Amino acid sequence: MGTNPPVNDWSSDYDIFDEDYVRDPSPVWEELRTKCPIAHTERWGGSWMPTKYADLQAFARMVPALSSKNVLVVSQKREEIEFDPVLAEYGAAVPPITSDPPEHVPMRRLLLPLFTPKATEAHRPFTEALCHKLIDRFIDNGACDAALDYAVHIPAKTIAHVIGVDEERTDEFVGWIRGVLEEGNTDLEKRNKYNRILRQFFGELVDERKVEPQDDLISHLLAQEINGQPVARKAVIGMCNLLLVAGIDTTWSSIGSALLHFAIHPDHRRRLTREPDLFPLAIEEMLRVYAPVTMARQVTEEVHTGGVTFKPGDKILMNFPAANLDPEAFEDADKVILDREKNRHIAFGIGPHRCAGSNLARMEMDVALRVWFERIPEFELMDPDAVTWAGGQVRGPRNLPFRFPSPA
Amino acid sequence: MRVKVDPDKCEGHNRCCALAPELFDVDDYGTATALNDGIVPAELEEKAKLAVQNCPEYAIEFVNE
Repeated sequence: MGTNPPVNDWSSDYDIFDEDYVRDPSPVWEELRTKCPIAHTERWGGSWMPTKYADLQAFARMVPALSSKNVLVVSQKREEIEFDPVLAEYGAAVPPITSDPPEHVPMRRLLLPLFTPKATEAHRPFTEALCHKLIDRFIDNGACDAALDYAVHIPAKTIAHVIGVDEERTDEFVGWIRGVLEEGNTDLEKRNKYNRILRQFFGELVDERKVEPQDDLISHLLAQEINGQPVARKAVIGMCNLLLVAGIDTTWSSIGSALLHFAIHPDHRRRLTREPDLFPLAIEEMLRVYAPVTMARQVTEEVHTGGVTFKPGDKILMNFPAANLDPEAFEDADKVILDREKNRHIAFGIGPHRCAGSNLARMEMDVALRVWFERIPEFELMDPDAVTWAGGQVRGPRNLPFRFPSPA
Repeated sequence: MRVKVDPDKCEGHNRCCALAPELFDVDDYGTATALNDGIVPAELEEKAKLAVQNCPEYAIEFVNE
């Protein structure tokens, strides 16, 4: 997508794909919060980027002036989009994340009961057994890639299990999702390719379940009604697509970031081993400091805010990770405090689009970390330079070479 | 001490139930309510405070008797 010249002024020309920014964006955010709290760029199609907690809280509630019809941090301009008959058939919508009122709440209510604390707790034994199996595969080696050998498989296989798709195909699913969310950030041909594959995959499954319902999530969705009408085929396909995509890269990132943190902070690691009751609070602190997800909104009405004007068509990056490090919202915002008492972080967003999968994500993080700490309480990062970071929509470590004392 | 959840502000983050399960419950859509009419026994006052301080939607309040 053209060359990527270095950034001279982050206030007017930020680049969310700048290598150093992806590796650690916090210094840029710190500078922007004081210098230019709502920064702008023309790069990657142009966007605005708020970095203050108060602004993110406000913008998340400006519905529908800030519409969810397009939530991607980078999107093609209409003129550039080639007609794709497959995608045109299915549509680009992945409800409810791309929904505005009045569609939003009815769509969301189809999914919420599937992700209550009780419903997600029912999946805990599956996730626990999975984590142990994964560790069994490498524990005798005294080394592993904690991202590729452990973290990635946990949300992938758990959500596949929840949706009812083939758990043996998760490597393939992860490839599709990375194609959409990682490489697809800036390689829009690739994004379309994998969107097509995902739509067709769920299209076939939905059609199969319509003819022969099973006791699974897809059949359940097909049996639901909104105001006495069955849910449209396109909407069910979009929702299933969303569940698979939304649940993998994101939680993979937060599990990986947490493990990385504990690998390089032995004092924290040992405290958590001594005081496992801290896990729930520690997980919230990990979510605050290493929040992986930046969403986006598309402006539909002119908005005057903080000395800038958002015009219809503008893209606003919902930078929840930056908000989580705002010293005006958090005491000692840049410090990881494992037992932080006041933690109103917004890693899962805020307002009507609060991540519907947040209870599942927390359960997966809890199990992933507890099982890891139970089996491998002492571990360290082998080579800091080998850690690669994905950025853009979802930020997280994609390689984590760890070594640990092997039990043999 | 009494607590109250504003159902219009609650978005189902579930922090309150996680921190103070004796005091809050959620329905099938994730909306929280205060149990026992919001009455907080003395031994649960600290947990009630944590719940209030950790709601990202600022949906929980202490109610003056």
